[in-house]
Amino acid sequence: MATSVIAPMVGKILKVEKKIGERVEEDDVVVVMEAMKMEIPVVAPVSGVLKEIKVSSGQAVDAEQVLAEIE
Amino acid sequence: MESALLAGLQGLLDGPSHLELGQIVMILTGSLLLYLGIAKGFEPLLLLPIGFGAILVNIPLAGLMEKDGVLRFFYDTGVLTEVFPLLIFVGIGAMTDFQPLLENPKIILLGAAGQFGIFLTLLLALALGFEKLEAVAIGIIGACDGPTAIYVSSKYAPHLLAAVSVAAYSYMSLVPLIQPPIMRLLTTEKEKKIVMGIVKQPVSKTTKILFPVVVTIAASLVAPLGTPLIGMVMLGNLMKECGVVERLKHASENEITNIVTLLLGLSIGATMEAGKFLRLETLMVLGLGLIAIVLDTAVGVLFGKLMCLLTGGKINPLIGAAGISAFPMSARVVQVEGQKYNKKSYLLMHAMSANAAGQIGSVIAAAVMLSVLKGMGIG
Repeated sequence: MATSVIAPMVGKILKVEKKIGERVEEDDVVVVMEAMKMEIPVVAPVSGVLKEIKVSSGQAVDAEQVLAEIE
Repeated sequence: MESALLAGLQGLLDGPSHLELGQIVMILTGSLLLYLGIAKGFEPLLLLPIGFGAILVNIPLAGLMEKDGVLRFFYDTGVLTEVFPLLIFVGIGAMTDFQPLLENPKIILLGAAGQFGIFLTLLLALALGFEKLEAVAIGIIGACDGPTAIYVSSKYAPHLLAAVSVAAYSYMSLVPLIQPPIMRLLTTEKEKKIVMGIVKQPVSKTTKILFPVVVTIAASLVAPLGTPLIGMVMLGNLMKECGVVERLKHASENEITNIVTLLLGLSIGATMEAGKFLRLETLMVLGLGLIAIVLDTAVGVLFGKLMCLLTGGKINPLIGAAGISAFPMSARVVQVEGQKYNKKSYLLMHAMSANAAGQIGSVIAAAVMLSVLKGMGIG
């Protein structure tokens, strides 16, 4: 079953730290976003394999938007 | 001819020969403020003009703070009349986004709790023998809000203005060092790790426009003497939110704020004459100011713990630290601290709500103090 990595707040994607197919551990940084002029590391909620990345750097995101899927 | 020339050259030595130890100390203090602003990045927009003003005013025989002196003119025109801090408030209002607060209104309580340190420090200052009005000016450092501190001290204790402003701005930039140890000390491991849900409450444009108008009327009716403070902040915010006076909003947050910041900084520096600044009471003001910020943070976090208890563990008490006004530094501190203990914890937006509440809270706290003092027949 896939688990979503979601944006915790409104902001902009600065960097995508992982690639599709890569193994991620729980609490690994998947995406770094910027909000209120601050870098916010968004981490993997579970361990697994990164199945899909739905955003790219520079993209504006809304709170609760799905950033990636981990399986 | 020769003797006239010698006498003329002698005139060039007048300055150095009149230089006193106190002035040398103050020139070095001014230089230290320049260093902190330029090399360390501590509130450079204010510390640079304050530091330079302090150097200028301690040059013997230059007379910049004498009658007709240029710094005296700036001081009398802008600080004594309280016009400079009030103009800065318009800019702050134009720059502040109250959306996080409107999305999460219960957090406003933390903004109120974050002001208790002001009152506790006021009592402490009274106990240490400061006059009532001086104690008010010292306590307000705890608001961690430079313009509010300047406004209140220029009104009630102008002789403490330099010490109060230097303390307020220095401590504001030291928030990332001052707050974390207090936050860690007062919260349990379990509390530090609490994850708060995502805030996603749509706020209509009408609400955003009504907010500054309603707050101005309500707060001013309760504390009429604070109307200039609240009114100016909310005027700026109304210009930002209504979207139809873009030019005025732009001028308020840029040109007006920039010009006033320069003149205000110089004027504050100009009050740092050796004879007036090098006193024990300056050190006491700096010490009490630090205590005020520590107490504000502590009360904010403790109130956060209470809210955590009452909500069945839904509120992370760390966000209480953002109830002080240092915007947005303390909200950032909360985000960093929270994620140190739980990588899945994103407290920034919740802390921003508390921080925006603290911004209003400090202005209202000052307003309440002004009105209460008036009611007591003081001030």
